[in-house]
Amino acid sequence: MPLSETGTDRAATSAALDVRSLLVWGLLAGLLGGVLAFGFAEAFGEPSVDTAISLEEQGGAAEHSHDDGAAAGHSHGEEGAEEEVVSRSFQSTGGLAIGTVVYGLGLGGLFGLAFAFAYGRLGTASPRGTAVAVLGIGYTAVVLVPFLTYPANPPAVGRGETIGERTGLFFGMVGISLVLALVAVFVGRKLAQRLDGWTAVLVAGLGYLVLVTVAAKLLPDFQEVPDGFPGATLWEFRIASLGTSAVLWAGIGIGFAALLHRGLTRAR
Amino acid sequence: MTTHAVATPVPVPVSIPVRQILPYALFVGIISLIALYFVGAEQGALAVFDGTYVHELVHDARHLLGFPCH
Ligand SMILES: [Zn+2]
Repeated sequence: MPLSETGTDRAATSAALDVRSLLVWGLLAGLLGGVLAFGFAEAFGEPSVDTAISLEEQGGAAEHSHDDGAAAGHSHGEEGAEEEVVSRSFQSTGGLAIGTVVYGLGLGGLFGLAFAFAYGRLGTASPRGTAVAVLGIGYTAVVLVPFLTYPANPPAVGRGETIGERTGLFFGMVGISLVLALVAVFVGRKLAQRLDGWTAVLVAGLGYLVLVTVAAKLLPDFQEVPDGFPGATLWEFRIASLGTSAVLWAGIGIGFAALLHRGLTRAR
Repeated sequence: MTTHAVATPVPVPVSIPVRQILPYALFVGIISLIALYFVGAEQGALAVFDGTYVHELVHDARHLLGFPCH
């Protein structure tokens, strides 16, 4: 990364971009995104999670008393305490922080890699422009479209018997969406050689939307919101979920772009 | 050299050769995906380790990041 006097700007740009620094910037941006996402999730996500868990426990308490028969009133509390591997208060604070930061670091590393592949291969996009493009394509393909197909569910929503199927289909949808997005990028690059860039991007983007919508419609859907689960809580949770991912991705993308820009201008 | 220091408005982006990215892609890609897996799915529908500790620890993050949990 450190540059001595090389000739042109062009050389400076290429020499300054080695994969290793991109990955370091990706991880740093991932850390930033993870911390910001934790803050957002704690403030806007936890209230609906808590509401959902208390609803779940009310339902669960009734079931337990049926199962156990004897000492119905106490059994739930005792059992709950025994089974509680991680306390609820730590789950909603430290556990949430660990989860979002570990996830942020992983995603940040992948973001750095994706940028390494994308840079110089998306027309004449500038370094920061490329980072924003990776951010937009990534968030749409990996978060938004899978979310619209299989929305996030709070505790108490979703039947235990279908968890395997739902997990498989969710990851399947992420995979399908990501592959279609990559195909759209390749097609868009090809089209840009014949059409102007604007039209090429529009055609490729529209193609992605049509195909991914067809795929989403063909996959089975699940209506597993229990009767009486408050719609407001579900809405609040889902918006908070979408927001948590948005903050995470924006933190990574913008943080990465800033580190990248600093690294490139410093090297000059 | 006649053309000298005419500030190029847009430096032409020079891509990094794929061959140069691949070793990093393998290494970092695998580690990153493992991190995402542990937050997103471990001890849910799939499990590498016994028990429920990982699931319980990252439980709220898993829900709020949009993964099916239970
Ligand atoms: Zn859960």
